[in-house]
Amino acid sequence: MAVIRDVMPAFELLQPSSIVDAQKLLQQQGRDAWVLAGGMDSFDWLKDRIKKPKVVVDLSGIAELKGIRATSDGIEIGAMTTLTEVVQHPVIKEKFKVLAESAELVASPQIRNQGTLGGNVSQDARCWYYRAGWPCYRADGNICYADTPEGRNREHAILHAERCVAVNPSDTAPALIALDAKFVIRTSKGERVIDAEDYFVGPDIDITSLHVLKPGELLTAIRIPSAWAGAQFYFEKVRDRNVWDFPLLNVASAMVVSNGTIERIRIAVNGAAARPLRLKAVEDAVRGKAANAATGTMAGKLAVEGAVPLQFNAYKIPLMRNLVKRAIGGVEEATWTS
Amino acid sequence: MGDSDDNDHKLNEAPPTTISRRDLIKGVIAGGVTVSSASYLFRATSLLGQSGQSTGERLLTINVNGQLRRADVMRQETLAWTLRHKLGLTGTKLGCDRAECGSCTVLINDIPHYACSVLTHMVRDRKVLTIEGLASPEGKLHPVQQGVIDEQGFQCAFCMPGFIMASVGFLKTNPNPTRGELAFGVSGNLCRCQDYDKILTALMRGAENMRRASNV
Repeated sequence: MAVIRDVMPAFELLQPSSIVDAQKLLQQQGRDAWVLAGGMDSFDWLKDRIKKPKVVVDLSGIAELKGIRATSDGIEIGAMTTLTEVVQHPVIKEKFKVLAESAELVASPQIRNQGTLGGNVSQDARCWYYRAGWPCYRADGNICYADTPEGRNREHAILHAERCVAVNPSDTAPALIALDAKFVIRTSKGERVIDAEDYFVGPDIDITSLHVLKPGELLTAIRIPSAWAGAQFYFEKVRDRNVWDFPLLNVASAMVVSNGTIERIRIAVNGAAARPLRLKAVEDAVRGKAANAATGTMAGKLAVEGAVPLQFNAYKIPLMRNLVKRAIGGVEEATWTS
Repeated sequence: MGDSDDNDHKLNEAPPTTISRRDLIKGVIAGGVTVSSASYLFRATSLLGQSGQSTGERLLTINVNGQLRRADVMRQETLAWTLRHKLGLTGTKLGCDRAECGSCTVLINDIPHYACSVLTHMVRDRKVLTIEGLASPEGKLHPVQQGVIDEQGFQCAFCMPGFIMASVGFLKTNPNPTRGELAFGVSGNLCRCQDYDKILTALMRGAENMRRASNV
């Protein structure tokens, strides 16, 4: 597809300065409204003329959506806080390092300076058939172009695919699931708080969206409880090139280990399915076991149970097995530095 | 889109009769007035085909390179477009227009951003710094610019303004980086000449120049 270098098609730009106003505007505009956070996902859609909203609601002027605050139990991160601010925040670096690490591996410095935490978890799928405007299931059509014998699906799903085989591209999402974060959503009726893993949906629930937000709803903040502060964390992202790229797969875990035994654990992977997957079966299987390579190997095998490869992404199964193994059993090889 | 095609056609014919390249260059020297008014005409005609709802232009005052500049800005207009086509600041380059190359990097409140992926209406209360604003008012080059000249860091240099702005922004947070740290700092910029090693050497020299200048 030719890259269009021109001014985007016209839209009405609304720039509310408070959450209440933003929610009201979204409510009024309904499906016509497009929510603009950092814009790093939005502008591609708008410039390519794939999505043509009549109204864009820009959240960048809402001060109460920005910043990181201490709460009685942990911290609260405004949805419009940039990824760079998340990476650099002293409390996140000290207590919730897995989130800082995951945010630092997103895209490029300039994108992290503008891209927001709320936007990173709410961004749309990167399947190029879908992004290029093909009328696929995710775009309200009735075919998946990636899941055909000749479809290019090296980046696509190995688990829980149903008609659509796109994956969730967020790096921070699995870290937030590992930290048992809570997502705060503003609706016309007030505020709703849900678990991180319940923010994301697969094609079985909604094939046209990767998250639960409905028109008129707004993700306002993400709360991280202190339950996992200072735990033993692991984050690893595998991608084709070291800047800009989305994950082929990533893994995030938080463990509390005492005397070599795993007491508590939360672990999630992304890039394997349309939603970041919390691996509950793995958590149950390794709890009470030694945090070593043998447990890691067992966990890796369990993690990929039921995985179904497409034509070009079978490599993701051993990759996911090994990432889970490393998250739990540790990395024995020499680490690689640039 | 028929309308806009017609307008594009007219556009191709009109400018040579009104502004010669020579006049245009004179205009730049005189202070950019000709350039901004010429691009104003360009934009106004090329967008007629899109004006289904509202042309959506509003007169904005934005702080660019320490000056308050006024421009009519469409709601959907990117900062890169405003800088290049309304304010005549063509030092900011447009490469991919998709936040994937870094050529359009400018500083907004001292932080590097891709100007292709910021709406001008989002920077009304903020300070924009482009490559044109780096040198001192007397014309003394910024230490990073001097480092680039000293080391002859670039080949074709299309990516240079973006690289320099990204490194100036990065050096504000880490004035004494290792080569690896600076490489990470400018990792959001691409060079098609694949001149990364020389670029890094030049930017490292620039960082050194900056430290020396601040110690004086």
